[in-house]
Order: sequence, then structure tokens, then C-alpha cells
Amino acid sequence: MDNIQESVVASREVPAESETIEADVNGQVIKKNGKFLNETPMLDELENGPWPSFVTGLKEMAERNKKPMLRGVMDQLEYSYQTKSGYWKGGLVTVKGYGAGIITRYSMIKDKVPEALEFHTFRVQPAPGFHYNTKMLRGLCDIWEKHGSGLIALHGQSGDIMLQGITAEKAQECFDELNEAGWDLGGAGAGIRTSMSCVGPARCEQACYDTLQVHKKVLDAFVGAIHRPERNYKLKFKFSGCSNDCVNAIMRSDIAVIGTWKDDIQVDKEEVKAWIEKKGMDNLVNNVITRCPTNAISLEDGEMVIDNRNCVRCMHCINVMPKALSPGKERGVSVLMGGKNTLKVGTMLGSMIIPFYKVDTDEEIENFIELAEEIVEWWDDNGLDHERIGETIERCGMKQFLEDVGLEANIDMISAPRDNPYYKTEY
Amino acid sequence: MTYERTWQTIESGPHEYKEALHPVVLKNYGKWKYHEMLNPGVMVHVGESGDELFTVRAGTPRQDSVDLLRRLCDLADKYADGYLRFTVRNNVEFMTPHKENIEPLIKDLEEQGFPVGGIGPLVTSIAHTQGWLHCDIPATDASGVAKSVMDSLYNDFKEWKMPNKVRLSTSCCSINCGGQADIAIVIKHTRPPRINHDILSTVCELPKAVARCPVAAIRPTTVNDKKSLMVDEEKCIVCGACFGACPAMEINHPEYSKFAVWVGGKNSNARSKPSKMSLVADEVPNNPPRWEEVNDIVGRILKAYQVGGKPWERMNEWIGRIGWKRFFEETELEFKIDMIDSYRHARASFNQSAHVRF
Repeated sequence: MDNIQESVVASREVPAESETIEADVNGQVIKKNGKFLNETPMLDELENGPWPSFVTGLKEMAERNKKPMLRGVMDQLEYSYQTKSGYWKGGLVTVKGYGAGIITRYSMIKDKVPEALEFHTFRVQPAPGFHYNTKMLRGLCDIWEKHGSGLIALHGQSGDIMLQGITAEKAQECFDELNEAGWDLGGAGAGIRTSMSCVGPARCEQACYDTLQVHKKVLDAFVGAIHRPERNYKLKFKFSGCSNDCVNAIMRSDIAVIGTWKDDIQVDKEEVKAWIEKKGMDNLVNNVITRCPTNAISLEDGEMVIDNRNCVRCMHCINVMPKALSPGKERGVSVLMGGKNTLKVGTMLGSMIIPFYKVDTDEEIENFIELAEEIVEWWDDNGLDHERIGETIERCGMKQFLEDVGLEANIDMISAPRDNPYYKTEY
Repeated sequence: MTYERTWQTIESGPHEYKEALHPVVLKNYGKWKYHEMLNPGVMVHVGESGDELFTVRAGTPRQDSVDLLRRLCDLADKYADGYLRFTVRNNVEFMTPHKENIEPLIKDLEEQGFPVGGIGPLVTSIAHTQGWLHCDIPATDASGVAKSVMDSLYNDFKEWKMPNKVRLSTSCCSINCGGQADIAIVIKHTRPPRINHDILSTVCELPKAVARCPVAAIRPTTVNDKKSLMVDEEKCIVCGACFGACPAMEINHPEYSKFAVWVGGKNSNARSKPSKMSLVADEVPNNPPRWEEVNDIVGRILKAYQVGGKPWERMNEWIGRIGWKRFFEETELEFKIDMIDSYRHARASFNQSAHVRF
């Protein structure tokens, strides 16, 4: 491996006699052997195969816009592939008034790849539901290419647009132009993070609340806390319109807001009949009735009957028969808390805190925001450094959490009552 | 030339969304009646008004250039009145009321290299992390792994061949930013961190690094008259948590950072409750640029699931029915002692019954 490293560096520093080099007035190499980019044999392997290749995209753009930063980044990435190691380190680049939103990256091998010295990322909050019009997206591309590299990841795992590759010097000007065009930075570090919402009522008949509106209003309420991180650790909201949970709120967010309904599943009897005629009774039995997790569906005289009192709102039957069945009319959200990934106590799923909450009117949404603020404040007071809120609740005890934030205990919070006698009542 | 500010920042939060919605979307907002999947790349939503809205979905590399995004904008302008959106798994969606636009849009997408598919019982795009291109603590390049795996699963993205949807993820360290998935490909370190005592006290907050360890294996020490930290390698569970807090505790290594494969993560509540994923393969080489070994394991798991799963069964539900013993038999993966949990709450994963399949 060491031999490979040396040969790469050597080929970069000592051009062979047969090479042709074009440079600008400052001595900046523009083309070598007719190409702007240096050779990247390992990355080139990722240009093969039918799936769209990020390497092809990067190369195409770099050969067009000739940004030295892109050439440096390609060189560093090729070096990473050869040595199986990463070479970025953090730092602190911000824009005026903000303490988060730019992920700072300096190359650890700047002697080898001076053009990749700085490669900072803007986290930008997209519109809820990842909806765009082309004017917005083109505008974003133009501003980004003017000041940065032109490389964009859609989207990061927290839900940000990731504008990758800018120098510290250009950051403020770029941000100002983005901000004037309606964009704002997302979260980073120990603070409230950017959120994600499903496609919502914009296109989905199963959305039990307006995920886009609630996303926008809740995140707006926390906007200061997003930009100036001062909490124990990260805290994420996510908004899914039903329990299919298309944005993975239960696993990927500290406060998961998942649509549900209270009354009966709506049944269009004619469409049920039509479904059975088209797909067959076997299909109804095997794929709908026997797959109901609480056996709440039965056949009576050839007709499908739903025992709504035992329905747990799992969405399966509605998923299979979307034309015949739909969520009830009394709609709201369930709020689950504590979802997080591995570090450090292990993966935790969010657990039920509030089984039903209305978030239709401005007042109802405002109430939800007040509750969320109360919860975050409790976590500020009780959490430890680098502790997610689910870990804090588990360490302090659910009882303590509920009493402190003024929430009622309810049986939907548990899968079974405790199996040990280790607690004390008033005595 | 120094830049002089004239703009006063507006802390505007998420971008406004109403302007990003197609007029037919706005008209039928919250009033959709039902949807139908027409084929693996197209679905239709029908409103109470009778309006039809067609969605065409295609895969992207996620790591996009402005050139690529401008091409997607051209297609959106040409076929979808200037609107488009993205899914959480990096697919692009064009929504249009114009049925006649579907075929030419698909043709243009395919010609430009965007595979059309990703809807329904199939393998959709991989949720993945940043890797060597941008992250400060990566042990691999998720974008490369994702590209290599999706090359192999190209047809599985475009055809209904699976019992239910399959979601994949890739992560470059054990933090697992790629997330839980039916099949997750995640770096697993195999050796405790190497400590650079010369610089540690100047680049790390010692108490923070000590507190970060989930098994209290890090202790203060002095090396060559310098304050530093030491790791009890017997206790260390090789998670890499300390490295995030302290760059002088290097956990990444070209040979000692391997891949592990996990299965059965499911966040949807449909049928069974959401479930966490389980470890089914480790010590898999981290082998750029094509990661063939990882690809082989993912392929084996998918093949067994495709053959054995019943309609609507997700990966975890199929395994729940046939049992883990059969899973390992069908996939020809090796069950190892380290796959028995030894961390907190391990008992919950023990077989607390006399149920055995022979």
C-alpha cells in the first residue's frame, strides 16, 4: 500500500516529459494532458455499472466549471480509496449571529492536495416534504456554484440540503445571497436539528394531519435554538402523516409526530366488493384478514367486518386496499419520544408519550409547541452532556419525566405493566 | 476584495413550501381519495375532485452536481410544470396531471441514466452517509458502497420481485447515521483506538472523552510528562464513541475497520410493531472501490428473502416466521458467538422458552 501512495504522489508532483500542461497567469494548472482533473483510477471504477454514478457527475462538473477545490477533493478522495482512510478534520466556520449550520472541513493532507485545503459544507433547510419548484432549485444551484463548488447532496440524513465545498472567506456572502432567496441554515452540534416530513396531504390520502404545516411552524418556533446550539446534545423532530412512518420518525427522532385517528376506519363497501372481485377472496383472507396484528378483521356472510375497538391503527389493511379503506375522520397525532441510533446506550425506538393530540388549528399547533418547549426545558435541566432525551428519560425514570412536564400517565405508554415490585408509593 | 454586507439576516427556518407545490397539488391538498401503483416507477393519486396526479419516481446518486440538478429541473419544466420533489431515500419524483407526459418523461430519464422505479414491493435506493468525501470520522465511503450495491440491484429497483419493500442503508461508522433498515451495511471496528499521547491533551477535553465511553474503559494517565488518556483494552467494546470527542484516539484503520451486515430493521408500524435490526455478518472486508464481499452478502440475503418471503412480509416478519436458525441456513451465513448480545438488556434477545427448530 505504501508503494501505491508514493507512486500517486510522485505522479502528481513530477510530470512525465510526455505531459502537456496549460496554466493561467498565476501558474494555476488548468489542463494537464487535455484534462482539468488528475487521474483517479480507483474512483473511475465507480463509473462502471448501470446505477447513476456520483463520480461521473463530479468529474463532468469539474471539467466544466474548473474549480480547483473540486480537483483537490477528487485527488483526496482517490487517496482515501487507495489508503482506506479519511483525511478531513473539523474546525469552526460560522456566519454572523449563527453558531451552527456550517460543517467545517480542513484537509489533513494539505501538502499533498493543497487545492482541497478547505471544503466546508452548508446545511440548508429545504421546504417541508422536500418539495421544490424549478425556480427555487435553479436559484439555489446558481448561488451555490457562484460561491462554492457546485456539489450538492439531496439530502442529508437529518433532512438538510448539503451544499458541499466552500471556503471560509466566501461563507458570509454565500449565506447572505441564499438567505435573501428564502433559504436558511439548518442545525448542527448540540442543538435542535433540521427536520423532515413526509409528502403529507400534498399528495397522500393517508396523511392524518398537515405534516408540512406542522413541520414549518414547529421548526420556526425553535429557529433560534437551531442556529445557536446550547443543549446537552442533538434533538430532532420528525413528522410522518400516518403510522407507515415514511420519514422513519420513530427511530430517527427524539420527538416523533405520527398521524393517527380515533374513530372507525372508513370503508367504501362497493370498493371492497370490487377489490374482492378483482383480487379474489383468497387474497383477502391471506393478505388482509390474517395479517391484521390484532385479528380485528373477520368475514361475516362473505363481508369484511372490522372490529374498530381492537384496531391498533397499523395501516396494513389500508395499505393493501387504498381505494376501499381509509383512515377515520377524527384525525390527530401520536407523539413518541426517545428514538435514537447506536451511540451510546444502543439503538432506542421512540415510545408512546401522547396517544392522541390535535394539531389542526393554529391554537392546537401552538399548544403542541408550548409542550415541546416544556419538554426541551426539562431536558436542559435534567440531561447530562451528550445524552439524548430518551436516555435522560430512562435514567431519571418515566414517572419523574411525566410529573415534571405535567403529562398524565396512560396505559398506551407501555407494552406491559412493570414485572418487578421495586418502587414506593406515598407512606 | 473584501465583502461588505448589506443584507440583514432573516432567520426564516425551513423554506416556504406552498410555492413549491404544483397547482393541482394545492387544489387537492388534504382532499386526496386514493392512490394506485401503476408500475414500479409510476403511481396515480386521485382526488375527491376527480383530479388525477401521476408520480414518476427515479433513482439519483444523492451526491449530485448542479449540472445534474439543472437537468432534473429541465425535465420538471418540460413534463411536470416546473415542480419536483425528493424522497427520504434520495429518489426524485415528478408529479404531473398530464398522463401523456409519463412515457416521454420516463424515456428521457432512462436516456439520461436515471433508473425509473422504486415504488412498491422492490428494493429502493440506499439511505447512506457521507464517508471519505466529507466526514471527519469515516472508516469507509458510503457513496461508493451504495453505488456498488445498487449496480448489482439495478433490476431489483425496477421490477416487483420482492415480497414487500426492501429498505437498505450504509454507514461509515457505528454511529450509523444511515439508520435502521431491512439490510444495513455498517462499519464495525475490530481494534481499540490507538492513542496519540503527544497531542491528546492539546486537542481533546479529557473529561469529555472519559465520559463518552459507554463501558468506562477510558482513564486519565500521564505519558512522557504529558497528561493523556489510556484505554482498558479488555473492557473496550470498540464502538468509536471516544474518537468523535477526541481526534487523538484514532479508531479507524485500513485493516481493523471491517463491515458488518444487519437485517430486520423496520420503522413502519404496518402489521408488526417497528423492530430493530440484528447482526448477521461481521469481519466483512472494507474493500474499495467495489466492495464485492459486501455485495455478495446483500445478494444472498435478498435472494433468500425473495424466495422465502410471503406477500407483504417485510424482512423481519419473514425471519420472525421462519426463525433465525432457518435464516442462517437459507442465506448460508455463519452464526457466531459474538452475535449473542452481551451488552445491556441482552436477556431480552435470549430464547426464554423451550421452543427449538431441529
